[in-house]
Amino acid sequence: MGLEDLLFELQMAMPQVILGVINGAFYALLSLGLAVIFGMLNVINFAHGAQFMMGAFVAWMLLAYVGIGYWPALLLAPLIVGAVGVAMERLMISRLYKLDHLYGLLLTFGCALVIEGLFRNTFGSSGQRYAPPREFQALNLELGDFFLPGYRVWVLIAASTICLATWLVIERTKVGSYLRAATERPQLVQAFGINVPLMMTLTYGAGVALAAFAGVLAAPIYSVHPAMGANFIITVFAVVVIGGMGSIMGSIVTGFLLGFLQGLTEVVYPPFSQTVVFVIMAVVLLTRPAGLFGRA
Amino acid sequence: MAETLTAPRPAGAATVPMLEVKNLEAWYGESHVLHGVGLEVRQGEVVTLLGRNGAGKTSTLRAIMGLTGRRAGSIRFEGKEMVGLRPDLIARAGIAYCPEERGIFASLDVTENLMLPPVIAPGGLSVEEIYTLFPNLKERARSQGTKLSGGEQQMLAIGRILRTGARLLLLDEPSEGLAPVIVQQIGAMIRQIKQKGFTVLLVEQNFRFAQTVADRHYVMEHGKVVDMVANEDLAASMDRLHEYLGV
Repeated sequence: MGLEDLLFELQMAMPQVILGVINGAFYALLSLGLAVIFGMLNVINFAHGAQFMMGAFVAWMLLAYVGIGYWPALLLAPLIVGAVGVAMERLMISRLYKLDHLYGLLLTFGCALVIEGLFRNTFGSSGQRYAPPREFQALNLELGDFFLPGYRVWVLIAASTICLATWLVIERTKVGSYLRAATERPQLVQAFGINVPLMMTLTYGAGVALAAFAGVLAAPIYSVHPAMGANFIITVFAVVVIGGMGSIMGSIVTGFLLGFLQGLTEVVYPPFSQTVVFVIMAVVLLTRPAGLFGRA
Repeated sequence: MAETLTAPRPAGAATVPMLEVKNLEAWYGESHVLHGVGLEVRQGEVVTLLGRNGAGKTSTLRAIMGLTGRRAGSIRFEGKEMVGLRPDLIARAGIAYCPEERGIFASLDVTENLMLPPVIAPGGLSVEEIYTLFPNLKERARSQGTKLSGGEQQMLAIGRILRTGARLLLLDEPSEGLAPVIVQQIGAMIRQIKQKGFTVLLVEQNFRFAQTVADRHYVMEHGKVVDMVANEDLAASMDRLHEYLGV
C-alpha cells in the first residue's frame, strides 16, 4: 500500500474516528459525574442516564415553553436538574448510606425507570428536535472532503473544558481536598468540623448537574427523547469500570479513549463497534479488577 | 457507677471543669460499649485514660466526638451539652480529635493534610509554629501523606489539630508502634503544647509514657472509669495499677 493509499484510508477513517471522540466526550462527562458521586457517596448512581435525559428535556422545554435559548439553558438546565438531584439525595438516597451499595443502586435504578416512564407518558417516545444555535456554523470545519459541523467542535471544546475544570477543582482546591479526604474517611472529616452530610448532598447535586450539562450539549446532536440516557448509560458504566470506580482522571481519559476506539472499530469492522467497549471491560476486569486508574 | 472521680480542687481554681462526662453510655449498633463513664478534665490539664485492650478508652474518645452510634448520659464541654450534637458541631465547639490509626489521607499531600481541618476559633498555632514543633513536616511538605514514616504521620496528625484553635485535644495512643526516641519526641511535644495552654485527654497503653506527660490518670475497665490516680501519687499506687493493667 502506497503512501497515497494510506492517506486516503486515513481520510476515510477520520469522520468515524471524530464521531467516536465526540461520543467519548459524552462518556467522559457522564462517567466523571458517576465517579464524583461514587467516590463521595458510595452510591452507584443508576439514575445518571435519566438525569442526562432530563438535562436535554429541560433545555428543550425552556425553549419550547418559555423561549429561553441554548446559552442560558446550558447554565439553567444543570441548575434545575441539579436541584432535583439535591431533593432526591435528601429525601431518599441519604437514608441508604449505612446499607450495602446494592441498595443505592436499586433505588437509583428505580428512580431512573420512574423518571423515564414519566417523560414517556408526557412526551411520547418519539424524539423532539432541538436545533443548535446558528452561530456554531462559524466553527464548521472543512478539510477536503471531510466536514465537521461547528456544533460538534463546540461539544469537544465544552466537554474537555468542563472535565478539566472539574479535575482542577477536585485536585487543586481546598474544597476538593475536603472532598478527597471525605472520600477516604468521612467520619474523621466530619470530626474536624466539616458538615459532611451537606457536602454529600451538594456533591450529588453537582454530579447530577454534570449529567444534565452533558444532556444539554447532546440535545442538538441526538433527538431529545426519554430513552436517550438509557442508550448511553450502559456504555458509560463500562467506561467507569474500565477507568476504575471513583477515579476522576480515570473516567475522563477512559471516556475519550473508548469513544476513539469505538470510532476506530467502526472503520475497521463496523459490526464490532458496539461490542468493543464490553470486550475491553472484560479484559480489564480479568487483568486489573480495580480498573486502569483505580486504587486496588 | 454514677459518681465521677474528680481531682482535689486547688484553691482558686475554676470550679467548672472544661470537660465533664457523666454517666456516659454508648453503643455501636447493638453492642453496648460504654456503661456509665464519668470523668472530668480541667482547663490546662493533661489527663490520661489507662486500661487494657477493650476497656472502652477509644470508645470514650469517639463517644465524646459523637463518632459512636447512640449515646446517653451527659458530656458537658465548657458548660454546653455535647450529647445529641453532630460530630462537626462538636468539633466547632472547640474539641479536636486525633484517632488511633492517625487518619492521614493518602490522596492529600502533607501540606493539604496539615491544612485540612478548618480553623474554628482564633488562638491556634500558626503553620510556622507547627513546623518549629515538627521540623520533619516542613521538609516533606509535598510528599503524599501516607508516604511519611509512622512517627512523622503521628506528628502530622497532631500538628494539624493544633492549627484549628480547638482548646481540648483528644489524642488516641500517640505513642503506639513508634520507636522509643520518637515516643520521647511526642512526649516533649505534649509537654510543650500543655505549656501553650492546650488541654489534653490522652488514651494510653504505654504507662511509662503516660507518667511523663500527665497530671492525672483515669483507669477504665469494662466500659467504666474505675479509678483515678494523680501523677504524684503514682509511685504509691503502683501495685493497684499493675493489677488493673495486668502488666
